[in-house]
Amino acid sequence: MSRWQESSLLQLTLARFRLFLREPEAIFWIFIFPILLAVGLGIAFRNRPADVLQVGGTTPQLVQALNADKGLSAKQFDEADGTHALATGQILLLAIQGPDGVDYKYDDTNPDARTARLIADRAIQASAGRRDAVHAENQLIHETGARYIDFVVPGLLGMNLMGSAIWGLGFAIVEARQKKLLKRLVASPMPRWQYLASYLLSRLVMLVVEVVAFLGFARLVFGVPFRGSLLELAFLCVLTSLAFSALGLLVASRAKTMEAASGLMNLVMLPMWILSGVFFSASRFPDKIQPFVRALPLTAANDALRGNMLQGMNLGQMWPQVAILLVWLIVPFAISLRIFRWR
Amino acid sequence: MPLTASQNISSDGRSSATVRSLLLRGLRKTYADVVAVDGVDLEVMPGECFGLLGPNGAGKTTTIEICEGLTAPDSGTVELLERNWNSHANELRQLIGIQLQETQFPDKLTVEETVLLFRSFFHRGVAVDEIIRMAQLDEKRKSRVGGLSGGQKQRLAMACALVGDPELLFLDEPTTGLDPQARRHLWDLVDDLKKAGRTIILTTHYMDEAERLCDRIAIMDHGKIIALGTPQQLIASVGGEHIVEFALGTDTNVDVASLTGIPGVQSHRVDAGLHQLSVSELHTAVPLIFASLKGQGLALSEFRTHSATLEDVFVGLTGRNLRDE
Repeated sequence: MSRWQESSLLQLTLARFRLFLREPEAIFWIFIFPILLAVGLGIAFRNRPADVLQVGGTTPQLVQALNADKGLSAKQFDEADGTHALATGQILLLAIQGPDGVDYKYDDTNPDARTARLIADRAIQASAGRRDAVHAENQLIHETGARYIDFVVPGLLGMNLMGSAIWGLGFAIVEARQKKLLKRLVASPMPRWQYLASYLLSRLVMLVVEVVAFLGFARLVFGVPFRGSLLELAFLCVLTSLAFSALGLLVASRAKTMEAASGLMNLVMLPMWILSGVFFSASRFPDKIQPFVRALPLTAANDALRGNMLQGMNLGQMWPQVAILLVWLIVPFAISLRIFRWR
Repeated sequence: MPLTASQNISSDGRSSATVRSLLLRGLRKTYADVVAVDGVDLEVMPGECFGLLGPNGAGKTTTIEICEGLTAPDSGTVELLERNWNSHANELRQLIGIQLQETQFPDKLTVEETVLLFRSFFHRGVAVDEIIRMAQLDEKRKSRVGGLSGGQKQRLAMACALVGDPELLFLDEPTTGLDPQARRHLWDLVDDLKKAGRTIILTTHYMDEAERLCDRIAIMDHGKIIALGTPQQLIASVGGEHIVEFALGTDTNVDVASLTGIPGVQSHRVDAGLHQLSVSELHTAVPLIFASLKGQGLALSEFRTHSATLEDVFVGLTGRNLRDE
């Protein structure tokens, strides 16, 4: 047996890899699931050409005037049928010919209906002879980086880094404790720090595969931009993963059963899934809870990943996020080293 | 016959200057309101196979885990190979081999990978191939731990305990939960280790296991050592090599004095309607027992004899059966 094969740190890390790779479910959740999620969201929120809005009119003249605008498609209804069509969502707006003008019937809380109101009025006024006071032309842009998929990919990356680190460490450590394997290991001459280090090492190697596969897919299929330094992006991924590993270690440091650990993990992760701006911007939450939302590690990670990928910001510009992640790395790690239960 | 640790050592002709593999003095450990270990003194000599025998909850596992450095005693001295856990913990971990109760190795690692992992913790030790052969796991070498039988898993635990070529080996209930064939298989393995001159300390609640494997035995009950000696010495301490058991058809009183007055009958006790006499001269005592019972007008529903075992020692000392608990 050669020298390197006898290294206990190497053997512990290899054992971690083997146990991970022999767990098909783990591979699905960490490698396949984020890609499926990105595909699903990419399809659901793809940018479509502006919709043609369905409207109705009560006279042939009105219908003709409405159909003259490319943004509208109009049908003729009597007032009762038209109201029914409105109520069932077949049309967004009904234009009713009155004795001294036109009434528009629509729901003003529906943004599409408000748009239909503006276009319908423009079409009807134009057919009645109104002329624009100022000549206007449109210049259309569809810029990458402003699409929903561009927003959601860094969020999914952050969420995935959180899940793989917390689940990966938490379950494995608590299972080893529950099966008395931890006790057996500390009864052997194994240096204890190497056991924890083996988790971090295997996590870092897995991280490369996980991040490259996911971001490569997002780049090739959706053309998601990378505007910042790739080296800094790699640094942010490592920092995020280590911070969540420390949190996973803390969650796993006392729990004696898988059920207890699973509950704790959900308690830790659920608020961040909702609050930390994975699927929509965290700034939508009320100002009062913003300081709390900003202090969460996943919010900091998502902001930093978006800053790098979408806005091309450097680490210096994102120092508050980096500082928050560093605190989340150091504090839970220090606490868990003190309270870790080996048996 | 008095059976204390110090007298036993001197009767073996060993002086206190001999290097002891294990020395316990005044060991005490309390959990909440339960006294798990209540003043234990022990000495184990190199090359000995020493057994801690007792019912579940007697304090065997706590004692052995204190020896293994996994549990700190409330008070008392622990010395292994002339070192102690406070100042030589890292050194001791390299020198001892441990098999714990109910360790589950990861199901998805193979036998070879598991042994290799444990081998990597020791500075010196036995080659992985050799240890797998010794544990008779050659055929299962590439199999995952999850697919092993109970006996094979226990032999893997033994392999992981032996892989550092330990000077002192601790086995905590090595055969609990195994079927009879797997138990015998494991006993053969322990026999091989004894022949190789290893010092072994094992706990068990099977008296046949202790009798078969151990050079010396300490019987534990309620955290105390209540008897100590070789299996032969312990059995002799019952007072007779044979046990006569009988039951009566009707629930009637027996004149105990007339039974214990028979030459060769050492003692009498009743357990769940079964009378037990320890007897030294079976061939002369039995006819007299029959005569005595007949003289009292009692009808026998059962009558049997067996050679005295450690079970009888335990019953004699505590009034309880080992196997009941």
